Amino acid sequence: MTRKQRRLTMIGGSLTVLALAVALVLNAMRDSIVFFSTPGMVAEKHILPGKRFRLGGLVENGSLVRGDNLAVSFKVSDGNATLPVAYKGILPDLFREGQGVVAEGALDPSGVFRADTVLAKHDENYMPRDLADALKKQGHWKDDYGAKTDDNAKQAKQGVSQ
Amino acid sequence: MIAEAGHYALVLALGLALIQSTVPMLGARWHDAALMNVARSTALAQLLFALASFAALVTLHVTSDFSVVNVFENSHSLKPLIYKITGVWGNHEGSMLLWVSILALFGGLVAAFGNNLPLSLRAHVLAVQAWIASAFYLFILITSNPFLRIANPPIEGRDLNPVLQDIGLAVHPPMLYLGYVGFSISFSFAVAALIEGRIDAAWARWVRPWTLVAWIFLTLGIAMGSYWAYYELGWGGWWFWDPVENASLMPWLAGTALLHSAVVMEKRNALKVWTILLAILTFSLSLLGTFLVRSGVLTSVHAFATDPTRGVFILLILCTFIGGSLTLYAWRASALKQGGLFAPISREGALVLNNLFLTTACATVFIGTLYPLALEVLTGDKISVGAPFFNLTFAPLFVPLMIAVPFGPLLAWKRGDLLGAAQRLMAAGIAALIAFAVLWAWTRGGSALAPLAIGLAVFVIAGALCDLAERTGLFRAPVATAVRRARGLPRSTWGTAFAHAGVGVALIGIVCETTWNSEYIGSMKAGDVAKIAGYEVELDSLAQRQGPNFREMVAQFTVSLDGRRLSEMTPSKRNYPARGSSTTEAALLTRGVSQLYISLGDTADGTIAVRIYHKPLVLLIWFGPVLMAFGGMLSLSDRRLRVGAPKPARAPRGLQPAE
Repeated sequence: MTRKQRRLTMIGGSLTVLALAVALVLNAMRDSIVFFSTPGMVAEKHILPGKRFRLGGLVENGSLVRGDNLAVSFKVSDGNATLPVAYKGILPDLFREGQGVVAEGALDPSGVFRADTVLAKHDENYMPRDLADALKKQGHWKDDYGAKTDDNAKQAKQGVSQ
Repeated sequence: MIAEAGHYALVLALGLALIQSTVPMLGARWHDAALMNVARSTALAQLLFALASFAALVTLHVTSDFSVVNVFENSHSLKPLIYKITGVWGNHEGSMLLWVSILALFGGLVAAFGNNLPLSLRAHVLAVQAWIASAFYLFILITSNPFLRIANPPIEGRDLNPVLQDIGLAVHPPMLYLGYVGFSISFSFAVAALIEGRIDAAWARWVRPWTLVAWIFLTLGIAMGSYWAYYELGWGGWWFWDPVENASLMPWLAGTALLHSAVVMEKRNALKVWTILLAILTFSLSLLGTFLVRSGVLTSVHAFATDPTRGVFILLILCTFIGGSLTLYAWRASALKQGGLFAPISREGALVLNNLFLTTACATVFIGTLYPLALEVLTGDKISVGAPFFNLTFAPLFVPLMIAVPFGPLLAWKRGDLLGAAQRLMAAGIAALIAFAVLWAWTRGGSALAPLAIGLAVFVIAGALCDLAERTGLFRAPVATAVRRARGLPRSTWGTAFAHAGVGVALIGIVCETTWNSEYIGSMKAGDVAKIAGYEVELDSLAQRQGPNFREMVAQFTVSLDGRRLSEMTPSKRNYPARGSSTTEAALLTRGVSQLYISLGDTADGTIAVRIYHKPLVLLIWFGPVLMAFGGMLSLSDRRLRVGAPKPARAPRGLQPAE
């Protein structure tokens, strides 16, 4: 083989692998990406039952009900709308009423959000960035979430402007 | 006083770094040996001052001097001593100080052991190293000074985030940083080579041990971090495809590729331009990791504090170094001479294939990690890219790579014999088929995917053994001859075999854990028994206990198998009043390489929510990387590659008489 042929083999091989990777990425992008919504956005966008998404908002005060065998239900609100959430399992260490939460799952036909994951918060002031952002946008931001979360929100805006 | 001394030492280190980044360059330009030698002394002095600064911060933490903001925010007088020390890097400012100290350490090592490097190359390498150091010293001094004082010192500190109060913090960040920052050496060598416009096999012989050192630490650091997350977070997961984890995986993938392409360059003087690019990319990905974690773009437990000025500053550093080095690469790379020729089927070809798959896999991780950020900036849509994405992209790319791994070492340089290699791998192939058939039969027609994956892993492990057997002539020659040959094999050959086998071992662990993991979640009260994977787990009692800086609820479980009492397990849930936060301390029972895992949830009138997992062969997930790192160390101890001894050994060991 000449140098040229060898180089062509190399380039051909690289392109094959690259094409494979692009196909894999595009395929995965179609199926496995999860969007973030607040209860208000859920009402607006008419998300179909069974479509997975991440729900963020505040756990409504007094809405947490513990059922049998670790089943829990609570309501998530963003000020405009509320959405009932059902979950089975152990809630993260810092799950509290009146605090922010992000849950992943899908709506069932009756309009209840069936969560299979409730995201853990890492400290008492931590608010998922998506949520802090969404709350700010809708004017439901309360200053008593603490300085740290405020920084997060600023950071988030920073991220947008960059 | 100590704080001010530490601050001053840091300023001096910056001053020295600035000298080191300019004077040797001028010296190299004017061919002035004295000026070029400035690099060596400034690098060593800079190391001294960086370490002094770091030692000052450690002293402040140990003595609980709450007049320093950093100590006040992250320490508590009741905290055990070990966490007072590890708490130094359990926060943004301290971890950046650790980062630069390690950077100075690597610079100092090159200065100390680089006597046999060409003078101008050493000057250039150390100058580039000093550019990076200067940027990060400035970053610390301007945006994240750990030595700031408080006007009215409080009596008590705010305590360290309880999740971080663990022995994992003592090991994981320093290891990871030794890895991340270690790649700065290969970066500096690459940039120095581009500046000099000259690169040869001696260059690769120098770069390889440094890359190997960084790679070993990064491998161990990632594995350690994964095990820490596994037992500390209480979810029983060991890899979440979290952006922060991906940030460490990307340099690892690129670094692994670099390690392999450096072999081609050293042995065959080929792939020069590509190796240089990989060296630049690997460190760029390390910088990107630092940016992602430190800037607060991602909010996670790793982003200790978020502050826009820091994010912008690191982004600037990132753009300067990545942009600058890539521009230099585009400008100078064509000047480097092309090296030796090789056929597509050859050892070189196999290593090119390895590089192709590793970098492509790295690119998919890169896309999955940064696409959500980019999309949010461009359209405002918020998405999360989680495990499913990576399982669908990363895994398929790793399968062909794994199939190819055993072939590589069996192919000859320049022109290989694929058929011959396949014949020599027959035994490995048969072992893989047997493993697959047995497992498939055992799972009785369940999904064939897991048995196939394990078959693949067995193929990789057996392939590594085949390579050793082939080289020593085991089963063909008398045992004594084989043993003698085994002794004579270069350590790097053994290293390769161990590292490749490690990949297979980790794969077995990953497949077993994800496929045959069983889980019990429920609420239990004293006397209740949970049955999982044949084990009976009984809750004996619940009790409150007071720790040094926390209160905990301890549950005592008795585990029995077939009516025989095995052991007790005591998971707990801790509450740290200083921060008003709680952590879940999981209890682990190791049986062979499998584990039983219990973590606690909420308590409600005498019952407690309990999560019990049985994780078959889970420890293999971390034994694999340990084996890989061991392979790396063996390879590092090879005479030919020993750090600071780039000259070949005088006599090959194989020729020495057997004792």
